[in-house]
Amino acid sequence: MAAMVPVRHPPALGGDRRDKTCPATRIRRFHSTTQWYDRFMTAPSPAPKTASAPALNPVSWGWKALGDVLDGPFRALQGHIGANRMAYIFLVPNLLVFSLFSFWPMILNFYIAFTGGQSVLLAERPFVGLSNFRELLDCPSYLDPRTCPVAGFSFWTGLWNTLFFAVVQVPIMIVVALVTAVVLNRDIRARGFWRAVFFYPVMLSPVVIAVIWDWILKRRGILNALLDDGTTAWNAFVGGNWFPFVGGFVIGALLHAIAVRGLKAAGLKVTSAQIAGVGIAAALAILLVLSPGFRASLTLADYRPINWLIDTRSGWPMFWVIFVYTWGHLGFYMLILLAGLQAIPKDLYEAAEMDGTSKSRAFWRITLPLLMPTMIVVLVLSLIRAFQVFDEVYVLTGGGPGQATKMIIQHVYESAFIGDAKRYGIAAASSVLVAGLLLILTLGQLAATRKKAGG
Amino acid sequence: MITTTDITGFLGARRGRGGLHWTDWLSYCYLAIGVMLVLLPIFWMFMSSIKSPRALVENDPRLLPYEQVTTPVRDGQRQLSVFVLTRPDGSKADVAFVGPRGANARVYELGKPGEIIEVPRTALARKDVISPRWENYTDPTIGSTQSRTFNFLRYFWNSIFVTVVATLMTLLVNAMAAFALSKYKFRGRDAIVLIIVATLLIPPTVILVPLFMTVSSLGMLNSLWGVIIPAVATPTGVFLLRQYMLTIPDELLEAARMDGASEWKIFWRIMLPLSMPALSVLAILSVMWRWNDFMWPLIVLTRSEVFTLQLGLSTFKGELNDNMHYLLAMTVLTLMPVTLVFVFLQKHITTGIANAGLK
Repeated sequence: MAAMVPVRHPPALGGDRRDKTCPATRIRRFHSTTQWYDRFMTAPSPAPKTASAPALNPVSWGWKALGDVLDGPFRALQGHIGANRMAYIFLVPNLLVFSLFSFWPMILNFYIAFTGGQSVLLAERPFVGLSNFRELLDCPSYLDPRTCPVAGFSFWTGLWNTLFFAVVQVPIMIVVALVTAVVLNRDIRARGFWRAVFFYPVMLSPVVIAVIWDWILKRRGILNALLDDGTTAWNAFVGGNWFPFVGGFVIGALLHAIAVRGLKAAGLKVTSAQIAGVGIAAALAILLVLSPGFRASLTLADYRPINWLIDTRSGWPMFWVIFVYTWGHLGFYMLILLAGLQAIPKDLYEAAEMDGTSKSRAFWRITLPLLMPTMIVVLVLSLIRAFQVFDEVYVLTGGGPGQATKMIIQHVYESAFIGDAKRYGIAAASSVLVAGLLLILTLGQLAATRKKAGG
Repeated sequence: MITTTDITGFLGARRGRGGLHWTDWLSYCYLAIGVMLVLLPIFWMFMSSIKSPRALVENDPRLLPYEQVTTPVRDGQRQLSVFVLTRPDGSKADVAFVGPRGANARVYELGKPGEIIEVPRTALARKDVISPRWENYTDPTIGSTQSRTFNFLRYFWNSIFVTVVATLMTLLVNAMAAFALSKYKFRGRDAIVLIIVATLLIPPTVILVPLFMTVSSLGMLNSLWGVIIPAVATPTGVFLLRQYMLTIPDELLEAARMDGASEWKIFWRIMLPLSMPALSVLAILSVMWRWNDFMWPLIVLTRSEVFTLQLGLSTFKGELNDNMHYLLAMTVLTLMPVTLVFVFLQKHITTGIANAGLK
């Protein structure tokens, strides 16, 4: 039996001494964990013979049994190499996978970037020097990818699209996520429900998200139908009998409110006679406004369905790519920002209230500065992710129409894995360039956080 | 002097303290619009998925799954559409539409197929009934057409296999590493931690080609293991678990050693149960990553027998076909598992991710 193998113990294991809790807390924690100790250190008891025996949790029994089975070889190993070296044994599976599928590919990437041919076998790939990079970077003008060689065209189109995507998408998403988080951080009913719903799209797969929105954005999809109905309904309203009353009331009330505010702001003491006068003036204005010319100008042209994802002459495909991506990822950043907001001590706001600070001032002077560290995390995470956008866009538009929404990672993917010519060298060289770009971004973030933490 | 009423007024009265402040109204409006933006597309998806292929082709914008009533022609297999005819005198009758003639339509009243009459087309209105078409769901899964159109069960099984196996392996491999890196002192430990944390900065998308070559040289192309194994050792996992294990007191381990427990037993019986909170966060993250993973499976798996659900769906969407009704239904089925998990574990997931995301 495995238990016969003597187990060597070191006198005291180092462990990590970075636990900064005070001794009392550690002891308390220790005691609260002893029940775990009892539960999991005792040997698995044999299965109960009668059904009436005290309930035995099959999960915990199976857990113990599995641990005991695996214990045999590990105990034998420990007998040979000693307890402290078992650390290496625990590390081996992780490091093996890590080095094989992370480190080795990283190094390999550089090598592949300098080779050509279409073989996946390294030995059959001829060394071509800088030719891959030359094909990517040898452009008269980077701003106009059409001047580049074929590979360079694809690369620079993807890069500019990705840059545009990231520069537009990230600020929009952060602002919307921040607003949502601030609203959810208010004293609000059913906060858990709202938070869950906003987070829900994060759980969905990019493919599902793309199918859903593709279905909505088709030329004869629901969005075009709704817009068409909306236009018709609005025109019917504008041309209808009720418009003079409803429109007149709304415009009159607005004019009245603005006029009274203006009088007050000008420092005048507003009497009821003046209010009535303003009211009459507003009513007269309405009569003017409601003339046939005004109504005609409010009438919309008949709605013509837009091919949201395929229209080549407009920016709509890019707009929807940004929208759908933001729709799918907003909840994650909202959640992180909300956690950051909740970590701001409440007494700061109470103190500000005591001083009579206005709420907007409290937001700019307390909330935002204290949220900065979280904001930087969010900014960097979202930037890095935006640079690697692929799944949603690839399924939604496939990079089209033409090359309008083709992102840099799609360029890498298509160079290597699509079509007859598998240009692994070009893909690897592009990856190296993208990695460099991402590294700059990340280092910039680290520097920013350092500065923040230091100052 | 500031009184309580002043402060309440300043904050905006809330929660039964004399009604809602206008900023509260604004907040609730914002939230309501946001919730509609999130839920309506999914709801519309679901409602579309139970419509008939014909309603989908016609792009019927109505929410409910209406279907036009049809009536069989006496002699043949053909079905005629049924309309409601409004006669000049205002009376109505159900008629079967035979064919057009100019601006008129040739119809006959139901039950009187012999008497074909000509009526203006403007007097006809479709006769619709609500009939959800559940065959969209059953056909590709348990129906007879499953092998032909969309091998849902096969993709579903592949996805389940990848998700479950990968998550279990992720938990075990990373927990072992985290244990070694948090509870032992050995040479090179800090260097290993540093390297692992540094790989957090290397996005997997920039090593696609060499990773593909490695996996291919190991013979794992078109195998689910080629999807599972490369991402088993995640720096996030090691980092998350190690941070948690550092807080578990060493005294506990030493007590176990006194009792003669082996290192493995200490790991299995003490560290793993005590790290449950961190392990469950990692498990949730891993399930989400694996179930929704698209890019790496897209590269490794090219034969449709090994497709995961996401690959199957995207391929199915890419094909120009008239099976939109199946695609929509299968999309709903694909989002169902994560939705159910989310509904039941919503609190754990949101708090777990909020904590992990902050790193």
